[in-house]
Amino acid sequence: MAIEMNNVAPPMPACWRKETKTHKFCPGCGHGIVLKALGEAVDELGIQEKVIFSVDIGCCLLAIDFFNMDTVQTHHGRTNAVASGVKRATPDKICIAYMGDGGGYAIGSQHLLNAAARNEKITSILVNNTNYGMTGGQMAPTTLPGQKTETSPYGRSVEQQGSPTHGPEMLAAMLPEGAYVARGTVANPKQLKKYLKKALQAQINGTGFSFVEALSTCPTNWSTNAAKTWDFLENQMAVEFPVGEYKVPQEGGNE
Amino acid sequence: MSGLKKIMLAGEGGQGVQSVAAILSEAAYAAGKEVMYIPNFGVEQRGGVSIAFMQISDEVIGSPKFDDADIIVALSDRAIERVQMYVNPNTVYVYDANISDAAKAKLPAESDVAKLQEIAAHHIANTELHVRVFNVIIMGAVLGLTNIVSVDDVKKALDHKFQAKFEANPSLRDMNYTALEKGISLVG
Amino acid sequence: MATKPIEKDTHAFVTGNEVVAWAALAADAQIMYGYPITPQNEIMHYWTRLAPKYDRKFLQTEDELSAGFTTCGGVLTGTRSFTATAGPGTILMQEPITMAEMMRIPIVVVVQQRGGPSTATVIYSQQEARMCCYGGNGEGFRVVYSSSSHQDLYDFTIKAFNTAWKYRFPTIVLGDGYQAKMREAVTMYDPASRGISMVETEQFLGAPGLPGTDREPHFHKNTYNTEEELLEVVNKLKEDYDAVRAEIEEHECEYIDDAEIVIVGHGVVSRAVKEAVKLLRKEGYKAGYFRPITLRPFPGTALRKAVEGKKDIVVVESALGQLKQFMTEELYGCTVPITGYFKPGKGVSSAEIVEKVKSMTK
Repeated sequence: MAIEMNNVAPPMPACWRKETKTHKFCPGCGHGIVLKALGEAVDELGIQEKVIFSVDIGCCLLAIDFFNMDTVQTHHGRTNAVASGVKRATPDKICIAYMGDGGGYAIGSQHLLNAAARNEKITSILVNNTNYGMTGGQMAPTTLPGQKTETSPYGRSVEQQGSPTHGPEMLAAMLPEGAYVARGTVANPKQLKKYLKKALQAQINGTGFSFVEALSTCPTNWSTNAAKTWDFLENQMAVEFPVGEYKVPQEGGNE
Repeated sequence: MSGLKKIMLAGEGGQGVQSVAAILSEAAYAAGKEVMYIPNFGVEQRGGVSIAFMQISDEVIGSPKFDDADIIVALSDRAIERVQMYVNPNTVYVYDANISDAAKAKLPAESDVAKLQEIAAHHIANTELHVRVFNVIIMGAVLGLTNIVSVDDVKKALDHKFQAKFEANPSLRDMNYTALEKGISLVG
Repeated sequence: MATKPIEKDTHAFVTGNEVVAWAALAADAQIMYGYPITPQNEIMHYWTRLAPKYDRKFLQTEDELSAGFTTCGGVLTGTRSFTATAGPGTILMQEPITMAEMMRIPIVVVVQQRGGPSTATVIYSQQEARMCCYGGNGEGFRVVYSSSSHQDLYDFTIKAFNTAWKYRFPTIVLGDGYQAKMREAVTMYDPASRGISMVETEQFLGAPGLPGTDREPHFHKNTYNTEEELLEVVNKLKEDYDAVRAEIEEHECEYIDDAEIVIVGHGVVSRAVKEAVKLLRKEGYKAGYFRPITLRPFPGTALRKAVEGKKDIVVVESALGQLKQFMTEELYGCTVPITGYFKPGKGVSSAEIVEKVKSMTK
């Protein structure tokens, strides 16, 4: 069996950089699934040559050399700003900002909100794994009520620390027609790819800002085995953060 | 520094001291002088004392900041307080008559300055001309005291600045010119 | 669409902020990113009025972090980009400037210093010198030109773009609230008319070709895994910086040869110093004038040469010894005493410098 498996070419997206695989994310991490969905979306849209990929600090920075696409690593939270700067200077490029929940919803929330408020023609992808992964599992804006993290060791108290941030809901409420907002999950890569593709299509069509939050897994910091990881993702996160499309362009935004 | 004149104009926001300074400095620049003009830019830009610092010279101007003013024009109670530290024995000090007695008490003694002169610009503007040319009278006074530029140069600067208004209403030009001459005569 | 913003020499009597906007246009800057803060606002006001006429762009960001990082983004695409700020904005700007230092992103930042610490005044100071040279969590791999006049603002803004793109260090034009708001004469020119050609920009991101097929993809990172790796990177930065610093360093001096006392000032204060030296000379005092034009790299060799064997050094600044600190470091081992005349956040007149020197020589 093992010999046969080795003969099967791994189904990598064409825009992936094979020299840097296998990737550097922890076993069980959802980033690889998000980046695969993104790679397939880029392939299907045929935009690899035009993409400028910007990655945030945190686990996202491990994606610095993930694709055969020009990539810049920014500072924590500043990825939407850098991507906005790139897009304004060279509007013909496809600018993708890739960040975690801390980068997008906490330290860089002003950049996310204002990029959206300006309706920047960029695609912002936020990986929500309910904690700060790279720094060792601290509470994030997306940590669930009662969830234990390194900085909420007795569980997140809504009274003390507030409720989880709902990014897509917030952005959909403020964005105009033409923008695209969705929340996908690594539990449904096909759907996630569809959302990412529609988000990129909105940028290609120039109809507006596009944002996809991807519910993801972090067994390393959650201290969960495979079954519990999946259970947390599907039965707890997806309840707090409903998956689906929150804003879809009425015209010109579809495949 | 040859012919260097350090001029300070202070008044309430709306009295037009910055316009006076802007027009005079532009006229001096156009006449080939070395000119520096710093508008007041404290946080109290709205509703505060407005001060214009000008230096006009035949030679390159050094520091934009000066400690002693050659000419001070103070137009309100608060302006009189704000200019106090710039007064020196060589200062020609002009103030508008329309200030309170309390403010008058804060004026320098005649013996402490080169010249202390009250002008009734506010009164004249309101009774003889128009409230809006108050600052043009002040401009005339500064001109009369300094000869930093010729009257014709200032008239040219006024024409340039208010070209559209003057063309629409030539009597406005006459009134501005009259105000300017009046200002000069007040300090003559 | 007009092609060149300034075709022939233009003499103007304008504010310094207007001068900066024209200089950036003349330098062929394509986009400005900015956030409002006094006293630099009018740079944006003039830029936004002029830019569309010359097919240039502007983005008003949500804060100075964003202004700096969008500028980095613009520059990475090979677009001549700049931003401007002051005071608390310069603090936030340190973060993007450090990214530019680490990743050799040639951004240009114009800083119009205001009073500090904190919000302080919107008027004037020289209190941002140290921060502009050494702010951030790094070693100060930047270039800082300290402007003293409108002509400097024009010349240095143009020069800043070339220094940045030639050497690939973030470059700062350090002005102040006086220069921002005051009006004085300036001659604006087409750089080409002075033999200045603008250094070609480079596409760090988005160069032609399919990455991985036609060419290698460009990965620009600022994160390293090991101490050794970082040490190598920083040492390389230092090596590159040291290799060009002599080319970049600039200073100005007068009356040095027979001087007994050398008075040092940078930026707008150097004007008062120069004037004071002339006044003192008229009265028979053997005073000399030294002005560092680049604060980083600091013209230390020139300063040492100017002060060696003199009786006294007086350093004048609208800050509490920031310039003096740079000098002390450069003059290590030099036994000429340094006296400070410091007015943090306040302008300095030539008269008070004269008085200070006279009081010292009594």
